[in-house]
Amino acid sequence: MSNKSFSSWYKSGSPWVWLNAGAVSISLVMVVGLLLLIAVRGLGHFWPADIMSITYNDPDKKSITLIAEAVETEVVSVARLKKVGVYLPEGQVSGERHLLKVGNRDYFGLDFLWINALWMGETTYPEDLVAIERREWGNFYGYLTKVKQKGEVVAAGDDAWDELQKRLERSNSLVDEITAIEKNEVGKINHGLEELRLQKRQHELDGLPEGSLAYHEIEQERKQWNVRYQGLQKQLADLYVALNRDQIMVTISDGREVELPIAKVIDIYRPNGMNVIEKLGVYFEEVWKFVSGEPREANTEGGIFPAIFGTVMMVMIMAVLVTPFGVIAAVYLKEYAKQGATVRLIRIAVNNLAGVPSIVYGVFGLGFFVYFLGGNIDDIFFQAKLPSPTFGQPGMLWASLTLAILTVPVVIVATEEGLSRIPRAIREGSLALGATKAETLWRTVLPMTAPAMMTGLILAVARAAGEVAPLMMVGVVKLAPALAVDNIAPYLHLDRQFMHLGFHIYDVGFQSPNVEAARPLVYATAFLLVLIIIILNMSAISIRNRLRETSKASEN
Amino acid sequence: MEATTLQKMPTAARTIDIESMQRGPKLNMDNESICLEVKDFNLFYGSKQALHGINMKIAKNRVTAFIGPSGCGKSTLLRCFNRMNDLIDTVSIKGEMRLDGNDINAQSVNVADLRRQVGMVFQKPNPFPKSIYENVAYGLRIQGVNDRATLDKVVESSLKGAALWDEVKDRLNESAMGMSGGQQQRLVIARAIAIEPEVLLLDEPASALDPLSTLKIEELIYELKAKYTIVIVTHNMQQAARVSDYTAFMYMGEMIEFGPTDELFTNPSKKQTEDYITGRYG
Repeated sequence: MSNKSFSSWYKSGSPWVWLNAGAVSISLVMVVGLLLLIAVRGLGHFWPADIMSITYNDPDKKSITLIAEAVETEVVSVARLKKVGVYLPEGQVSGERHLLKVGNRDYFGLDFLWINALWMGETTYPEDLVAIERREWGNFYGYLTKVKQKGEVVAAGDDAWDELQKRLERSNSLVDEITAIEKNEVGKINHGLEELRLQKRQHELDGLPEGSLAYHEIEQERKQWNVRYQGLQKQLADLYVALNRDQIMVTISDGREVELPIAKVIDIYRPNGMNVIEKLGVYFEEVWKFVSGEPREANTEGGIFPAIFGTVMMVMIMAVLVTPFGVIAAVYLKEYAKQGATVRLIRIAVNNLAGVPSIVYGVFGLGFFVYFLGGNIDDIFFQAKLPSPTFGQPGMLWASLTLAILTVPVVIVATEEGLSRIPRAIREGSLALGATKAETLWRTVLPMTAPAMMTGLILAVARAAGEVAPLMMVGVVKLAPALAVDNIAPYLHLDRQFMHLGFHIYDVGFQSPNVEAARPLVYATAFLLVLIIIILNMSAISIRNRLRETSKASEN
Repeated sequence: MEATTLQKMPTAARTIDIESMQRGPKLNMDNESICLEVKDFNLFYGSKQALHGINMKIAKNRVTAFIGPSGCGKSTLLRCFNRMNDLIDTVSIKGEMRLDGNDINAQSVNVADLRRQVGMVFQKPNPFPKSIYENVAYGLRIQGVNDRATLDKVVESSLKGAALWDEVKDRLNESAMGMSGGQQQRLVIARAIAIEPEVLLLDEPASALDPLSTLKIEELIYELKAKYTIVIVTHNMQQAARVSDYTAFMYMGEMIEFGPTDELFTNPSKKQTEDYITGRYG
């Protein structure tokens, strides 16, 4: 009886439904789990954690006080603890140890510390403990005692906090002003001087005799630039003096009272005294700083804006380059080429191109684009600048081109697929009205193929945005001094090297001097990369859907 | 509703109905001015011959119907009139085909120009995924006409000519894909007459449509006859009898019989024709 019911259950097809549903659920769970993991690990980093004050009694040393944020907790076996000289009470099989972020790297040497839970004494959360985010040397923890101006104490004790807020605002706006001048004004002067140097070099290359008028003019201009530069230098010097006016005194965990220039402080907050809403405020501020700021401290601190910018810009340029290439190739292959052995061979080759390891494209890009094309461009157009290369070095343009080649098979295949789906009746309808083949293609077939092209582009973008290996050879750097778009003509500098989120993850994760500090940033950056790819894809998909609406193929 | 009743009629009754049809003065090819002329025309798909020595004349401002069983070459012949078969690589032809005395297969003929003179409507409605307006204006835009006033005028007159204007005048900018099959087919006819061809080729224009739409198309064909020379391929003998002035019966790639419709249906000279129209095969 039960045998029969089993066989009827089997015949009904439900085992297959369950199997398929199970496979789908497992995939979903894995994807969601992946996203959740990187989201939690990455985004948790920005939450202003409470600061503990712990009495720590290492039996071999004298008892000390630690001021720190808790980072993580680990359970360790007795055997491992024994090896490091920790003996647990009888009967206990494992002990806990905690990773603390003690900060103050310039005073303690290390800003992360493992401690044994066994030796922990009393833990308190005093409300007046401050966490200071600094421009250099990572975070700082301690008790704020005094605020000083040019060495004179202006506020102490409870007044110090309020006094500091005002002075911090002033110093931050001064820093902004200095950065703006250094970046824009000084950048322009440097650019101007470099232009003059190139002009002079060009004159020399052209064989202009020494002492001619052109040299004189260049010299005059150079003097003007120098005058401007000296003016700026003076202005900057004044700003720096103003910036260095204030200091604060902070008592750190070992009881020392140390001086900290306010100029080095970005932000200061007392997490122990904050409620959830205030903490949320700080949290979003920190997230914003991460997304919009520039990296500091060998990329282990600060933001990743240049990397976001570089990634998005490179993908966009890639998309602009790859679409016409792929579409034209597909149209020729499908519509004009004589279908035969040659075209079949080309099609196979195109499909195989999609399977070539991406690093191989990197090597090709370096050899062909950078050294050959770029080198020749330099020889012809940028001779004055040689031996320092302009396009003869890895850069944004070459990286985009390399990725365009990497993704062109996807666009070709998708477009060909789209072309072959256009009903014959539509083409004949157009031809019967006296349209030539080209007019039919242009006015009817290609608009109807647009959704398929977009599908190809979506796949291309998804692949390109996640690609890292080839980029390391053709343009990505750990730290780019300037973005590829700025306020110096011609505004778009495709010869410049750039930062990329994918490479940033690799760099922060594996090349970072401060592993513990970098780890949450790896997750946060990875999360952001995924987010950007999703956003790029979503926008492409929405464009495709709009195209589909307008050019629905006849299906009746 | 006439079409429905006819289609449902048993075969025996059909002939009687056709015999009883009353026509105007007897048609005779000798009195017609000739639009298309086919001489010893052969067509091959690769090595397989699909049309065998076709000879016929198509009269100006008349409706000529091609009937015959599936695969007999009616559509193939029709598609030769505007060189639609050029699209198929394996097709080769032998013989002559003249439009107003000019060889349409000559080297010097511009195919696009020929197709402007010889318009075509296909079996399935094939509107472009554009607005109704743009569908009708398509042929003119191809010719470089972009003047809005001219286009408006032609779109209106073509849609009126295709008896579609009243149904769509308020939604010219909506997609043509949202129309019914019959409307789409009339739109396609409007699109074809917008460029004012000389000849209109209709390849089973009503076979994908419901009886009511079929009726409308047939009425339309009758009206269009005044301005255009119409060649229609149809599976439906009653339709041929109703709309055409001349009928050609084709079988296995050969033209079995060609003559005025009345004569062919009432008094076929060939046994094969008689067998076919009385429903003995096909």
